[in-house]
Amino acid sequence: MPDLAKRLLARDRDAVSEALNLIDDRRPAERDAALAMLAAVERGSSAGGAYRIGITGAPGAGKSTLLDACVRELRAADATVGIIAVDPSSQRSGGALLGDRFRMRSSARDPGVFVRSMAARERLGGLADATHAGVEILASVFDYVFVETVGVGQSEGDVAHQVDTTIFVAQPGAGDMLQFMKAGVLELPDVFVVNKADLGAVAERTASELSAGLGLGESKSSGWKAPVLMLSARDGSGIGEMLNAAREHRTALEKSGELQVRRADARANHVSEALTRRFGSYGVERIGGSEALRTRIRDTCRTEDASAFELLSQLADEVEILLAERAETTTP
Amino acid sequence: MSPIERDRPWMIRTYSGHSSAARSNELYRSNLAKGQTGLSVAFDLPTQTGYDADHSLARGEVGKVGVPICSIDDMQTLFDGIPLERMNTSMTINATAPWLLALYVATAERQNVSPNQLSGTTQNDIIKEYLSRGTYVFPPEASMRLTTDVVAHTVAEIPKWNPVNICSYHLQEAGATPVQEIAYSIANAIAVLDSVRDRADLPDGALPRAFGRISFFVNAGIRFVEEVCKVRAMSAMWDELGRDRYGVEDAKLRRFRYGVQVNSLGLTEAQPENNVVRIALEALGVTLSKNARTRSLQLPAWNEALGLPRPWDQQWSLRTQQILAYETDLLEYQDIFDGSHVIEGRTSELREEAEAELRRVLDMGGAVAAVENAYMKQRLVESHTARVRAIENGEQTVIGVNQFTETEPSLLTAGEGAILKVDDTAEREQVERLNAHRAGRNDADVQAALQNLKDVVAQGGNVLPPSIRAAQTGVTTGEWTQQLRDTFGEYRAPTGVTAAASSAPSDSNDRVRESVRDISNQLGRPLKMLVGKPGLDGHSNGAEQIAVKARDVGIEVVYDGIRLTPEEIVQSARDEGVHVIGLSILSGSHGVLVIDVLNGLRESGLAGLPVVVGGIIPDEDARELESAGVKRVYTPKDFDLTAIMNDVVAVVSEQNANA
Repeated sequence: MPDLAKRLLARDRDAVSEALNLIDDRRPAERDAALAMLAAVERGSSAGGAYRIGITGAPGAGKSTLLDACVRELRAADATVGIIAVDPSSQRSGGALLGDRFRMRSSARDPGVFVRSMAARERLGGLADATHAGVEILASVFDYVFVETVGVGQSEGDVAHQVDTTIFVAQPGAGDMLQFMKAGVLELPDVFVVNKADLGAVAERTASELSAGLGLGESKSSGWKAPVLMLSARDGSGIGEMLNAAREHRTALEKSGELQVRRADARANHVSEALTRRFGSYGVERIGGSEALRTRIRDTCRTEDASAFELLSQLADEVEILLAERAETTTP
Repeated sequence: MSPIERDRPWMIRTYSGHSSAARSNELYRSNLAKGQTGLSVAFDLPTQTGYDADHSLARGEVGKVGVPICSIDDMQTLFDGIPLERMNTSMTINATAPWLLALYVATAERQNVSPNQLSGTTQNDIIKEYLSRGTYVFPPEASMRLTTDVVAHTVAEIPKWNPVNICSYHLQEAGATPVQEIAYSIANAIAVLDSVRDRADLPDGALPRAFGRISFFVNAGIRFVEEVCKVRAMSAMWDELGRDRYGVEDAKLRRFRYGVQVNSLGLTEAQPENNVVRIALEALGVTLSKNARTRSLQLPAWNEALGLPRPWDQQWSLRTQQILAYETDLLEYQDIFDGSHVIEGRTSELREEAEAELRRVLDMGGAVAAVENAYMKQRLVESHTARVRAIENGEQTVIGVNQFTETEPSLLTAGEGAILKVDDTAEREQVERLNAHRAGRNDADVQAALQNLKDVVAQGGNVLPPSIRAAQTGVTTGEWTQQLRDTFGEYRAPTGVTAAASSAPSDSNDRVRESVRDISNQLGRPLKMLVGKPGLDGHSNGAEQIAVKARDVGIEVVYDGIRLTPEEIVQSARDEGVHVIGLSILSGSHGVLVIDVLNGLRESGLAGLPVVVGGIIPDEDARELESAGVKRVYTPKDFDLTAIMNDVVAVVSEQNANA
């Protein structure tokens, strides 16, 4: 087993940053090393592992303050927390400004909290490529893993695919229900919170609009009805209730067996996306097309001791061989 | 011709204070002897942010940018031999303004001077601290309450005091255009006055008096004709605001009263003697128009971009004011712009644009809301970015910097002792005094006073009376602030950089971007940089400009705002997996803080992580930092951000090649 994987499985905090650097490394040797490490971590992590929570919402909704309050609450109960915070990249320059969100005095020298900022890179509004693997790494070391993203466009979907529970943060008066529905934000989150409850009537109106809007749609997870809660991240009121609602959601997922399915699907999703990114739709066609590939990946990922990362590296090899053969046969 | 009746000159001050209360007292007395007519106290950063000299965050900062005041003992020393009933004292103090005013009142009492004899100003403007200066402590709501506590108390008890000095000064330093300067400072004043108006304890009919006590602290830049128009526009808007929004009938109470410190942003490190001329011209902008003339003036020293000014440097600024006031015929005329349609035209333009921008801020809920949603901060960062770019590409001329750079060696900056260095013993001696003070007081009284402070504040009472009592019993600055931190919590303001619009595309950015791409390929992942501001210094403009520029050349930048400890910076560098660290320090405490970061990196196994530093750093210090392991040192003369970015890439390349 790779040394880095061993250290992660021993919950060595010092290994986390190094591991995150490695999975971000695009050089071929490092890429192979990263997959080997990730496969070992995936296999070695105790079943269940850390609880993964996504936090999403429009800019200015107060996500960072909310996360800050969550960390305080969890640290008070002695739980450790790993955070991946994703910010958009500049379309023009490819650069990004990260941070500016959350760095508490109390956590600065607290080894029980870890924050890594990631740029979304070319995927505007989406998650960084490395997020899925990053979540796996943090999940092997910390009790809770949060993924924070600015909620625009497809990122809700991306987050929802990578975590157990997605929390959507709405701010009071952020627009009528129609806007929420247009943006498609009502379909995926498992818990809705209206921040800045201290604003009173306007916050209550937003909450009731959200509840009404949710009543119209179909519920996605069997039996789980996404609650709408009011809280104030600033003074911390309602944070405990939000975390409880999230835990109830997780319990419901565990009971129905959906937790394992979700995680398997998250892995499957990662594998097919990673393959598409690396080889394009042409490459995916070479191994049977996207539909067949997705089924194959999902079936494998749903078996007990499968490793998505191992599968990824196998499939990548297959595509490379097929592409090489193709190149040979077409060369006169 | 009628006999000439000279107008009274403005109050002549110099912003000063350093090392210790005793050294500062000496300086004040010699300045007064030279004809200065008022005092302007500069406090050090621990005092401004509410830490005692022995707190870990105070390390390296004690006595650096001002005088350290830990207790009434220090305050008494500071004003020793200066009769407070005859002095007009301006204090640049904000988050801890109620406390320093309490110490001032308590000190006066020991001189047998009653509060109603005191005159002076507490800056007490918290909104601009969130936007620019960074010495805030508490969240906006609590800060607003403390601000208006001072207003309510002084209107009743210290009638000649200016409780709030609304600062447009720091907005200009943060890059504000004249329109932004007017709009945001008036929005800020409205936020304060609305909260004053809404206070239940405000006596009937006191609002007009409170309005009449609100003064402004304005900046004056080198475009001095426009500055004349700016202050005339502000006078007119203020008058109208008093009448229409607050029902102030007495025209005298609606007068726009303001003090000035002229622009520091435009002072150059290159050919620094030119700054004397800039300073004199900038002083004209706020003195020429009699109807909109400043009430008090402070001029910076010509060499402040190089380091801490010496008494002689301050004297030169003082003499500049005196020449303007006493030698020229400036004060012999009525307003020389009356009837000038050119000045009136520009004044109206500024006013119209400022009113539109003001409406925008009021529509989003006023200045506090526009701090919390980072609107104003983003606009300021954008304006500043545009300014820096204009200098970099030559659209805006700065003599000696981007034009006429040929120069003889400076005869003024040569040799030992060309700038003042704060004695390294200042911090240790202040801690000794603090310990002696703590040992000499009655602990039971102190605890009772702190408890009383807590109770009164919790019950919604005015913070001033229990603070004055606490001052008398010997409570320290750190204790007072901690008590309120426990009650109100602490705050971190948005940095405003993440959403700041980027500059227009440029070829030079494209070229750097290519080298960023190359080094990223070598590294295996995109170049990632941490921009950090260690210490208590809140002047974040430089760090923000670097962060925005780095993003625009394709770097992934982590920037978490101000007031980080070296430990926090080291942890952030490790957890974030960055390739290079850029530190920005303007308070002069680079010696201690940068070395602490370097040591921390070594202890965390990150000895190879390259560090570059920017700030007001004398050559000699720069050499010391470089020999301690810093890869590059930048000072205000390095205005070319593109060159700095090329350097950063080079530093990472060197490191990568050696690794």
